[in-house]
Amino acid sequence: MKIALVAAAARHPAARPGAAPALQPITLRIAQGEPVAVIGPSGAGKTTLLQLLACALPPAEGELQLDGINPWALPRRELQRLRGRLFLAPQVPPLPPRQRVVTAVLAGRLPAMSLWASLRSLFHPIDMAAAQAVLARFDLTDKLFERVDRLSGGERQRVGLARALLAPAGLWLIDEPLSALDPTRAAQACATLVDEARARGVTLVASLHQVEMALAQFPRIVGLRDGVLVFDLPAEEVTPARLAALYAQHEDELHGTAPAPPVLSSDAAARLVGATCR
Amino acid sequence: MSAAGSAALRDPAWLGRLFWLCAGLALLWPLGLATEFRPWVLLEPDSLRVSARFLGDFFPPSLQPDFLLLVARETWRTVAMATAGITLALLLAIPLTLLSTRVLSISALSGRMAAGPFWVRQLLRWLMIVLRSVPELVWALVFVRVVGLGPTAGVLAIALTYGGMLGKVYGEILESGDGQVGEALLRNGSSRLQTFFYALLPQNAAELCSYTVYRWECAIRSSVVLGFVGAGGLGQQLDGSMKMFNGAEVSTMLLVFMALVALADRTSAWLRRVLQ
Repeated sequence: MKIALVAAAARHPAARPGAAPALQPITLRIAQGEPVAVIGPSGAGKTTLLQLLACALPPAEGELQLDGINPWALPRRELQRLRGRLFLAPQVPPLPPRQRVVTAVLAGRLPAMSLWASLRSLFHPIDMAAAQAVLARFDLTDKLFERVDRLSGGERQRVGLARALLAPAGLWLIDEPLSALDPTRAAQACATLVDEARARGVTLVASLHQVEMALAQFPRIVGLRDGVLVFDLPAEEVTPARLAALYAQHEDELHGTAPAPPVLSSDAAARLVGATCR
Repeated sequence: MSAAGSAALRDPAWLGRLFWLCAGLALLWPLGLATEFRPWVLLEPDSLRVSARFLGDFFPPSLQPDFLLLVARETWRTVAMATAGITLALLLAIPLTLLSTRVLSISALSGRMAAGPFWVRQLLRWLMIVLRSVPELVWALVFVRVVGLGPTAGVLAIALTYGGMLGKVYGEILESGDGQVGEALLRNGSSRLQTFFYALLPQNAAELCSYTVYRWECAIRSSVVLGFVGAGGLGQQLDGSMKMFNGAEVSTMLLVFMALVALADRTSAWLRRVLQ
């Protein structure tokens, strides 16, 4: 899928009216099948950019075009159909704790499945071979029938990524896919995503905290800071000086470890409701 | 400790708490007057004698075979009435929940919900308020006139009131879980029902089940009250025995109720363990 952002800015729905937009007007064109890494310190607007591209957030100004079409000019039903051709993987893998891995992975296919087929799949998974194959790409073959809450944080994150491989999408928007993975797994997962995207002609936009990984695996790097596009360059032109400027005052993020992702606490929340609603 | 030190250690929230405690007591006082709340009346010798005589009749519970057979039949009818009522209520509540819950709104994915869906949800919410704000006793009195004396009136009364209650609470359970899971599926183009079955249901199954079983328990209790207005079941027998001052029969039936409530309690605990 071809992306064009024309002077598009974004703000969070919950932001105060006077607050600066999370993403200043930005112009960006990404060709079909092109892999792009978005880097920058925390709070730079990387997630907001991905949400903007995923049609999760309408641009506050400017325009987004996917394959030459402005999705926000479409009727709601068409917009939802278009969303079926995008895949946004949030940083915290959105998996119900009590679901089995096979179901969680096959959920990536839902936009391409009828309601009847998706119900049948809950009863007896319809394409276990496909689920198994994508899990194998992330070294999770033996976890097919495991429950999500029995997995480690890194395994959950990889299940979330495996879901992308089953989605009927032409654009993958992956937010911090490696934040809970050890270096070896991170390199493997990153290579899998880039290779698969290239093999299928899927456009891939991933935000990354691991700068070395981004430079090694992605040909094109977009640097964001404070909601502003700082650079948009081929990987070989991203010099240490540019990186130092991008991460000024956030040097620990450039060299050290990425901040840990927030912990999923749905169970605690669910229990709270149970206590209050009767 | 110096004076400055003790000033720094003064809890800024303390005065507020004291104020709300006093305000709460001041508000409760007129409520007590309005409800003529005088618990000490219970301990006066006259009242004690009356209560003792009434409760004394309860022992021993009536265990005559004829009566036990009758109780068994009426218990079965009560359980059937509660179960049928809850089932009908579910048929009403599930569509209402799916249509009214905010987490399944596609237009709300990107900020504010659109006007059309917002008003549909609002209307359904009002409908549920109407359904549950009319007590089941009133619904039963209406239906007794329409379909005549018997359990059918009770079943319909429970179905309407409980449909409203279940719809509201189901919606709230779905809304207060972790919204991110369902949101992610909707954002990736899944339909509302697919999102419900793949995200909201596995996340909230235990809560939904235990609330449903709890409502079944409540329906058993309501069916007693409904029996008093002629909707049949154990309630009607209880009403008869009370009017005849037959404490032994009353206590037998109360024991049956306790057993049913305990059964519901165990079922709910078991379901939660299985779904956890």
